[in-house]
Amino acid sequence: MKTLSLSLLAVVVLTAACGGEDRAGEFGSDPGGTTVTLMTHDSFAISDSVWEAFTAETGVTVELLQVGDAGAMVSEAILTKDAPIADVIFGVDNTFLQRGLDAALFQPYESPNLDRVFDELKLDDDNRVTPISFGDVCVNYWIDALPGAAVPTTLEDLTNERYAGQLVVQSPETSSPGLAFLLATIVGTDDWEQFWANLVANDVSIAAGWEDAYYGEFIAGGGERSIVVSYASSPPAEVIFADPPIDVAPTGVLLDSCFRQIEFAGVLAGAANPSGAAALIDFMLTDTFQEDVPLNMFVFPASQSAALPPEFVEHTTVPIAPHIMDPAEIEANRDAWVDRWVEIVLG
Amino acid sequence: MVLLPIMFIGLFFLFPVGTVVGRGLGGEGLDAVGELMRSSRQRSVLWFTFWQAVVSTVLTLAVALPAAATVGGLSDRARRVVRSLVTVPFVLPTVVVAGAFDELFFATGLDSGAFRLRHTVWAILIAHIFFNYAVVVRVVGTAWAGLDGRQAEAARVLGASRWWAWREVTLPLLRPAISSASAIVFLFSFTSFGAVLILGGPRRATLETEIYRYAVSRTDLTGAAALAVVQLAAVLALVAVSTWLERRRPAPIRMARSTPTLRSRSGRWINAVVASALLGVPLAVLVERSFSTGTGYGLGHYEALGTRVRQLPAPATTALWNSVHYAVLATALAVLIGVVASVVVVHGRSGWRRLFDLGLTLPLGTSAVTIGFGMLVALDEPPVDFRTRWWIIPVAHALVGVPFVVRTMVPLLRSIDPSIREAAAVLGASRRRIRREIDLVIGARGALVGGGFAFAVSLGEFGATSFLPRRPDDVTAPVALFRLLSTPGDLLRGQAMALAVVLMVLVSVSVFVIESSHGTTEGSL
Repeated sequence: MKTLSLSLLAVVVLTAACGGEDRAGEFGSDPGGTTVTLMTHDSFAISDSVWEAFTAETGVTVELLQVGDAGAMVSEAILTKDAPIADVIFGVDNTFLQRGLDAALFQPYESPNLDRVFDELKLDDDNRVTPISFGDVCVNYWIDALPGAAVPTTLEDLTNERYAGQLVVQSPETSSPGLAFLLATIVGTDDWEQFWANLVANDVSIAAGWEDAYYGEFIAGGGERSIVVSYASSPPAEVIFADPPIDVAPTGVLLDSCFRQIEFAGVLAGAANPSGAAALIDFMLTDTFQEDVPLNMFVFPASQSAALPPEFVEHTTVPIAPHIMDPAEIEANRDAWVDRWVEIVLG
Repeated sequence: MVLLPIMFIGLFFLFPVGTVVGRGLGGEGLDAVGELMRSSRQRSVLWFTFWQAVVSTVLTLAVALPAAATVGGLSDRARRVVRSLVTVPFVLPTVVVAGAFDELFFATGLDSGAFRLRHTVWAILIAHIFFNYAVVVRVVGTAWAGLDGRQAEAARVLGASRWWAWREVTLPLLRPAISSASAIVFLFSFTSFGAVLILGGPRRATLETEIYRYAVSRTDLTGAAALAVVQLAAVLALVAVSTWLERRRPAPIRMARSTPTLRSRSGRWINAVVASALLGVPLAVLVERSFSTGTGYGLGHYEALGTRVRQLPAPATTALWNSVHYAVLATALAVLIGVVASVVVVHGRSGWRRLFDLGLTLPLGTSAVTIGFGMLVALDEPPVDFRTRWWIIPVAHALVGVPFVVRTMVPLLRSIDPSIREAAAVLGASRRRIRREIDLVIGARGALVGGGFAFAVSLGEFGATSFLPRRPDDVTAPVALFRLLSTPGDLLRGQAMALAVVLMVLVSVSVFVIESSHGTTEGSL
């Protein structure tokens, strides 16, 4: 017994030691201000060289903590509000923003680089959050598989029986693009409840999340449906990650169906290193960071001065007039809308 | 030594879960629970959660028990091979398995029409059999291999039919292992997440998916906490019942080489066919996809695992290494704590026994959200400021691994004929020596099989891991796999399939190695 437990203890200690020597440090407790901790969602990605540039410029190292999807991240930030795990949070989007504001998650910070940001992305007058990137949730279609080779051009087209059994969407109960698309239909149709009833009559399919919609039911993953809710940046991804390589995106975007998601960064109230946090937010608006965003996260830079990579210019269109909605309005109605959607679509 | 499991479960489970539930309920206290259960939606969720778990358990037993019998009768080596192969489903993320099932349903015409499986409760049940098959085969198969076949043979000699001998002699001897396995299958099905959401479709919800929806989609932390209380209470009640059932008839047996088996050759063939249809076909779909590149079949997706794509915080190979590293740690921890706990459960004072059994099984029936959020909220100040330490992830994995060790080891310890221990005592062996040379030698087989489970569970864990803070270099293989599947593009999807296949191979080989480290005492004393 003793030998067994001792040897197991030894295994624990040894493996812990061999994997742990370079990561024994603690996060978020840095009085000297040489590190700043960034809390973000799992979709976050940026090139190593960009972080190196930040450290070279400021002498501050960025510690990155990823904590699940955007929804989980907001909940975790609220739960740890009194003892935040990070200095900066990135990835709160406009559908979750009001929750963060209501919970007083952020402390105001007005970045000197804010003047580079497109005005329509600035949603908080008090600068508690800073827009960093934006993307659009849009209906995508597989060009070669559309019935009769007819491209849908409006949201209402999706209720046309030509597209019966072609559309797959995500449930707004469990999916962020699903919720964004519901909001798009609320803004973009005359009577969204009737619109969804018509979609049901047209055999819309409901998936739990983006992965099982896009890869389970959409043609891209071997499914049968030719129309799916995805992102405006999905066509360039289809080209960049094509196998074998292709020149033209196999998918197109229904521009009338887009809902704009803006992703914000904010300095967390109670941040251990507020000056480092401010420096990080400034840096996130520089061209160095902004121009690295599209190919890493497949969203668009918030800064007007950042150039888009050629793949993006060639294979995607930034929707000129996406549907938008005030975060406070989203927050006030969201649960009721989702519940009503459940009644209409799943009921 | 006894304090070790108490400290572990107290610090890393009870304290975090208590803190997060307390904070979530806030001033409302248990009123929030009452209010929640007054809604008809939540009542039907609770009912569905319960009955689908019961049916999943019964179906899994029905499919896997014959296989356990066959496995019990195999040679040591063959048994270890089968036992390691069946662990493969443990490491596969549901979204990947669901894709394979979808493809099967599509290929067999079961995706629509009168016999539609997609988005039905049947799809959930089939997935639960798929994921839990290993639990029954491994737990019951292990106990079966240790049975003394002479008892059943004696019954046969005395004129009992084969069926009668099985029902009256073999089955009672296996009862502790069967109820142990059933408890695990039940709890796994009770807290199943991906299978319900993806295969069950948008109309089905269980407590687990509701907790996620409240905590993550609605940011309603009070509602989530109330649901967590309901889940904990339900699990406590169910574990208490199963413990009671398990203890009702302890069956002393002798360990011997001759094992009662399903001798018929046709039985073996039927099992092989069932297992390969259920487990093999979906897995074959994955393997095929992993080799399928844009230029025909090849190793391209596997070669790509070494280079970091932008969507991943680190190369897939780093993620694999992290997962193995965490799994080794989680397994060592789970075995250490599980072995101590099992001895207490079997030989400790009766108060301790019940407490240990309940306390250590609870994490298996607790939502990943509750555990992940709980650790984040509770372990936030010195001396327990652990929430952003990398090792909190393997610790969370070990929480789920411990019950496997306990539940495989306890039936074996209970089955030791008291006369063996008495004989040793009469011959002058000390209590300590009896424990070391009898209990631990016989129990070691269970500990290793449980350790194999702990390894597999850790390697595939995607729940609590996804909620705990991770640095880019700490990414685990399942998290990486999920990331690869979140951006369009065949290259990324191909790489995800290759990663899944590597995980499958890794888990079978590792479990085989773990269980082989104690091959000599198997089935004998």
